[in-house]
Amino acid sequence: MVSLTIEGRAVSVPEGTTILEAAKAAGVLVPHYCYHPGLPVAGVCRMCLVEVEKLPKLAPSCATAVGEGQVVHVYSEKALEARKGVLELLLINHPLDCPICDQAGECELQDYTFQEGRADSRYREPKRFNPVEDFGGDVLYVTNRCILCTRCVRFMDDVHEAPVLCVSERGDRAVISKAAEADLTQPWAANVIDLCPVGALVSKDFLNKARAWELDRTASVCPGCSQGCNAVLETRDNVVMRMKPRPNDEVNHFYLCDVGRLDYHWMNRPDRIESPKIRLADVLSPVDWEIALGQAAEALRGRRAYVVASPHLSNEALFLLKRIVTTTGGEGAFRCATGPEAALLGVEDLALRADRAPNVRGAELLGFTRRDTDLLAGLKPGDALVVAGDLMDGADVRRAADAAAVIVVGSTLPVGLPTPVAVLPIANVAEEEGTFTNLRGRVQRFLQAKAAPGLARPSWYALADLATAAGAPSDDCSLPSRAFAALAAAEPAFAGMSYDALGLRGATVAGTGVAR
Amino acid sequence: MGYPHKSHPQETPVLSKHFGDPAARTLEGWKARGGYTALAQALTMAPTAIQDVVKASGLRGRGGAGFPTGLKWSFMKLDDGKPHYLCCNADESEPGTFKDREIMRWTPHALIEGVAIGAYAIGAETAFIYIRGEFTEPIRVMEAALAEARAAGVIGPNAMGSGKRIDIWVHKGAGAYICGEETALMNSIEGKRGNPRIKPPFPAVSGLFGQPTTINNVETLTAVPHILNNGAEWYKGMCLSSPKSTGSKLFSVCGNVAKPGNYEVVLGFPFKEFLYDVCGGPPAGRKFKAIIPGGSSVPVITIEEAEQVRMDYEGFLEVGTMLGSGGVIIFDDAQSMPRQLARLARFYAHESCAQCTQCREGTAWMTRILERIVAGQGSFEDLDTIFDLSESMTGKTICVLSDSCAAPVVSGIKRFRGEFEALITGRRSSTVAVGV
Repeated sequence: MVSLTIEGRAVSVPEGTTILEAAKAAGVLVPHYCYHPGLPVAGVCRMCLVEVEKLPKLAPSCATAVGEGQVVHVYSEKALEARKGVLELLLINHPLDCPICDQAGECELQDYTFQEGRADSRYREPKRFNPVEDFGGDVLYVTNRCILCTRCVRFMDDVHEAPVLCVSERGDRAVISKAAEADLTQPWAANVIDLCPVGALVSKDFLNKARAWELDRTASVCPGCSQGCNAVLETRDNVVMRMKPRPNDEVNHFYLCDVGRLDYHWMNRPDRIESPKIRLADVLSPVDWEIALGQAAEALRGRRAYVVASPHLSNEALFLLKRIVTTTGGEGAFRCATGPEAALLGVEDLALRADRAPNVRGAELLGFTRRDTDLLAGLKPGDALVVAGDLMDGADVRRAADAAAVIVVGSTLPVGLPTPVAVLPIANVAEEEGTFTNLRGRVQRFLQAKAAPGLARPSWYALADLATAAGAPSDDCSLPSRAFAALAAAEPAFAGMSYDALGLRGATVAGTGVAR
Repeated sequence: MGYPHKSHPQETPVLSKHFGDPAARTLEGWKARGGYTALAQALTMAPTAIQDVVKASGLRGRGGAGFPTGLKWSFMKLDDGKPHYLCCNADESEPGTFKDREIMRWTPHALIEGVAIGAYAIGAETAFIYIRGEFTEPIRVMEAALAEARAAGVIGPNAMGSGKRIDIWVHKGAGAYICGEETALMNSIEGKRGNPRIKPPFPAVSGLFGQPTTINNVETLTAVPHILNNGAEWYKGMCLSSPKSTGSKLFSVCGNVAKPGNYEVVLGFPFKEFLYDVCGGPPAGRKFKAIIPGGSSVPVITIEEAEQVRMDYEGFLEVGTMLGSGGVIIFDDAQSMPRQLARLARFYAHESCAQCTQCREGTAWMTRILERIVAGQGSFEDLDTIFDLSESMTGKTICVLSDSCAAPVVSGIKRFRGEFEALITGRRSSTVAVGV
C-alpha cells in the first residue's frame, strides 16, 4: 500500500494506483474527460492535471502512479489555472449549441466549465465547422461538439474489439472517423454514446426527445436477456424515455448492449389491461379486484393448476405462482424466446445472451420446467391453466382448449386462448419492484420507475392474493421486501438473502459455484 | 567540408569529411577511408565497455535534447532476456535542419557502422533506421548501402564474422513532423498513427513493440565509430568552451545568409565568427536581425545576443535559447518577424498530432491570432492572449510540440515587440521584402 495526501486528506491505495483513482478513494473528484475506468489510459485531454509537490511539472493524474508520501493539490492555483486553460481551449471551436444539445444537463463540458472555467472567451476567430455524420446504428456524430477525448475510439478498439473508429486528420482539423463501409451496428456500439462526455455522440432513438433535467432516473435491471445488466430507466411523465447502463463491476461493468438499451418501448405500450375482468356470458367484463380474485380462486378449487409463467416475471411473482402449483398439486412451465448471442469481447463473461428474458434462472430455481417448443405439453384435461406474465407470442396454445378454465395474470391479453374466467392485470417491469436472477445466479433488484395503468397491481401483490385465495400458506406479502423475505425463507437457493443486503448491486444464490 | 561549399579552414570536418565524395558511398570506398574498423573492434568488446567509452567521450544526443548518449545506453538492462531494439531517428523534420540528410546521402556506411555499434552496445539484434519519407534520395542511398553491407556480411546473422546478429532495416516515414518525436516514431514503426506516448514508461523499459528500446539521432550514432577509433579522450578534447559540450557538431544554416549549407565545428565555437566568417555573413546590402539557432522549436534571439554566444549546449541556454538540432535559421533586416513567426506557428498547427487539448487547439488559435495581426487586424489584447495561451501550451502536454510552437513565438514577441505593435497600430506594413 502507498500512503499519500490528496487535498489534505490522507489516503492509502495499492501500489500502481493512479493519482486520479486515489483521489476518488479520498473523496476528491479530479475533473477529467479522456479518462474512463473501463478504458485504457490515453492521457490526452490534459484536464486532470494536478500539482504534486516536488514534481517540476503538473502531472496528468490519470497517467501518474501514486508515490509514497506524495502531497497532491487538485485545487491549487496552478492546477486550477491549467484546467481553466484546457476548458477555454476546448470551447474555442465548440458550437455552444447547448439549447439544442441532448447532452445538455448531463454534459461534463458544461459541468466543469460551470465549476472552474472562464466566464468569457477571448477567442475572436471564426469557429471550425464540420457537418453532422450518421455513424450508423443508433449513433449520430455531431462533429463540432467533439473534444477528441478518444473514449469512443478506445472502446471500439479495446473493449468491443471491433476497431472501426479512429482519429483522422491532425491539429484542430482532427475528427473521429469511421472505417469505410463500416457502420456502428456492432451489438455493443451504442455504448460510445454513454462514454462520450459531451454531446458529440448522441442517440438517434433519444434525439430531441427530452431534456436531461426533465428525466427521473430509476435503478433497474435490463429485461432484455438473462445477463441481467444493471440499468437506469429514465422516465418523464410516466413514460420511459430511454434506458442506460448502470455500472456494476460484477455484471456489466459500464455497458449495456444495443438490443437491450433500445428494447424499452414496450414498457410504454398503451394497449394494457387496466381493470380486473371476469367472464360473463363469454364476454370479459370489468369488475373489481375482489370479485376477479374470487372467480379465479373458484376456478382453481379442486383442480390441478398448470401454471405457464413468463421468465419476465420477478422471483417473487414466480415464488407465489409456485405456491399455487404446490397447493393444487399442479405443474409449472415456462418458455423463453432466444436469439443470437453477442459477447462484448473485452469484458469477461459479458454478452447479450441467447435467452432473451431476465429471469430464466429464477424460473428454473423455483421449479418451473422449461418447455420452449411444447409449452402446454404437461397440461392435462381438467386442469386450470394459469397464464402469468406476457410474451406468449408464438407459443403453441392450441392445447389450452383442454383446460377446464383459463386464468390470465398479465399486463396485456394473450391471443389465441379460450376466454379466461378471470383476468388479473399486473404491472410490468418498469412499474413494480422485484428481483431477477441472472444466468450466473445473481439476484438483483429493480425499482419502480413509473405508475401502472388503471387498477393494475404489482405482480407480487396480485399473486399473493391469488395464492391465499387458492388456499396456499399465507405469509405477510404486504411489501415487496416482505414478499422477498417469504421467498428467502422458503427457498434454500435464496436462503439468507434480504432486500437490504441485495442493495442495488445484488448477490449470488447459494450453490452456484460462480463468484459473480 | 561545409557541403555544398568548400571546407572552411575554421571547420573541423569529422562527420562531414567525405561529404560530396560519391566514392565514399560504396562499401569498398568506405573501407578504403577507414570504415568499419570501429565496428570490428566493437564486436570484440563487451557492450558495457562500449557504453563506458561513449560515456567518457561526453557525446550528447544531436537530435535536439542533448541527453548524454552513453548514459542513455546504460539504461538498457542487458541481461533481461527480452529482445532489445535500436531506432535510429532519421526523420529530421525539424524546420531548418538538414544535417542528417547529408550524412545519409554521402556517408551511408558511416551511419550503418554507428547503428551497428549502437545496437550491439545496447544488446539489440535489430535496428530500424526511421527515415523521413520525403528524403527519397537518402532512402535510396541507405537502402543500397544496407544491401551491400548485408551481402558482404558486415551486418546480418553473423556480423563481420563475430557470431553476433545485427539486422538493420529502413523504415520510411509518411510525412508527419511528429514522427520525429521518439515515441511517435515507435508507434509509426509499429504501423500505428504517429502519436506520442505518455512517459513513463520510458522507451528503455517499454518501447518499440513493448520491448526495451533506445532511440538515437543519425548524427549521434555516426559520431560513435570516430570515438571508438580515436578514443574518448580525443573526442573530449574537441571542446572550446563548456566541458559538458564535447565533440564536433554539424550546423545546418539557412535563411538570409551568404553561404547556406552544413558546417561542422567543434562545440563552443564563437557564433559571431561562425555567422560572419564561416557562413559568409548576411546577403549583400543586408544586416542580420534575428536567429533561431537550433531548429524552429527553440526561442529566437537577436543578432546582438547571437554575437555573444558560444555554440554549445550551455552557451545557447545562457541567452535563453537552445542548441537544439543545430538548424540555424537566419533572418535579415528585411524580414517581418511577425510574418515569419506566424508562418512557423502555422507549421506547428498543421503538424499537431491532435491528442492534447492545449496543442491541438492552442497551436491553431495562436496561428490565427498571429495571422490576424499580420493582416493588420490585431490588437494589443491579442499579444496578452498569446502570452497567456503560451502558458497553457508549455509543459502541460504529452510531448513538446506545443512548447515548440510557443517558444519561438513568445521569444519573438518579447524581442521584436515593436514590429508587432507597428502592425497593430498600423504604422507599417509587415509585408516587406521577400515573401514567405
